[in-house]
Amino acid sequence: MEYAIEVQGLTKRYPGFTLDNVSFSVPSGSIVGFIGENGAGKSTTIKAILDLIHRDQGEIRLLGKKDGAAFPEIKEQIGVVFEESYFPDNLKIADVNGIMKRIFQNWESEKFFSYCHRFELPDKKSVKEFSRGMKMKLSIAVALSHQTRLLIFDEATSGLDPVVRNEILDIFQEFIQEEEHTVFLSSHITSDIERISDYILLIHRGRVLLFENKDTLLYEYGIVRCTPEQAARLEPSQIIGTRSSQFETEVLVRNAGRLREREDLVLDRATLEEILLFTVKDGKGEERE
Amino acid sequence: MDIIISNSSGKPIYEQITSQIKGMIMNGTLKPGDPLPSMRLLAKELRISVITTKRAYEELERDGFITTVVGKGSFVKEADQEFVREERLKAVEGHLQAAVDAARQCGMEEQEVVELVKLLFEEM
Repeated sequence: MEYAIEVQGLTKRYPGFTLDNVSFSVPSGSIVGFIGENGAGKSTTIKAILDLIHRDQGEIRLLGKKDGAAFPEIKEQIGVVFEESYFPDNLKIADVNGIMKRIFQNWESEKFFSYCHRFELPDKKSVKEFSRGMKMKLSIAVALSHQTRLLIFDEATSGLDPVVRNEILDIFQEFIQEEEHTVFLSSHITSDIERISDYILLIHRGRVLLFENKDTLLYEYGIVRCTPEQAARLEPSQIIGTRSSQFETEVLVRNAGRLREREDLVLDRATLEEILLFTVKDGKGEERE
Repeated sequence: MDIIISNSSGKPIYEQITSQIKGMIMNGTLKPGDPLPSMRLLAKELRISVITTKRAYEELERDGFITTVVGKGSFVKEADQEFVREERLKAVEGHLQAAVDAARQCGMEEQEVVELVKLLFEEM
């Protein structure tokens, strides 16, 4: 299998935070959703991948090339969208096109304008009059218009309404109609990730807690709702996390299929959000030093 | 070609896809040689991930319903009559199993069940 992003043993130390020995591989042609709490290390990971920060240890390959972000010909093929838009306020769409044409050798003006048209971005207005959604769409239009093969999206859908987010997800799915196109996106909005991702990468306190095929995750994990006594009798190796209230105990389990036959237990499908909450909550209890 | 996905069904999405495509092949809506949409297109249109449609197609291929030609796409296979019959037998067996389970629960004897099945056959 070919990989668009390969990260091996990535470590970055800051005072009070360490991105610790992070490894994962993003298969070409897939959409990988990157989740975790604020401060878990998502943006640090993305910056390190893009060579925007210096790393202390580890190896990174982008589109098959070691330290790919250091090579202009690789960089050309990567579209990046961050949470904030970086376009100067006084530019109009045509100005953005003019600038990008000089930055990217493979700049595709026609494609750029067709995205702008489709996103209904006003060509008479300057960026400072754009709404947040419009700015984000402009960033996406730019990111997709230089023969892009890899799209990296850092938290860019937060603060956007469901209609716009949905449009953006549709564009991702359109983008990966080409088999060598790949999307790597971090988001807090787990339902978005759940809808389109092929793989889920979960990071917590600077470490990878989980990297899993999404379907496996959703079909094999389940939430048992039961009494504390029943919870105590569950197979310990199946239990990932527990949450108790006064009246019921919820247990996130793996290999949920084995419990499906049990009529005395309520077993629900786990959403990605629940998996995140349970896993992260439990990760806090144990210090895995 | 219609594929209807339910999010509240307990059945995994890939299974919903495989069973519906199998159904269309068995009842002749899809004919041998008919092209299936690409996995990526199907994923995009159903708004689900490619890995799910890929799994569905892999299972259909493994079960002999479709064939995938690299660079060309996936096509409905020449129906293997033996196989179609076997699938139907499997379905019948499944229903009978459910009937037997239900019968056991209310304490019906084997003979009673057999009589009932005979009766149903005669009614047709």
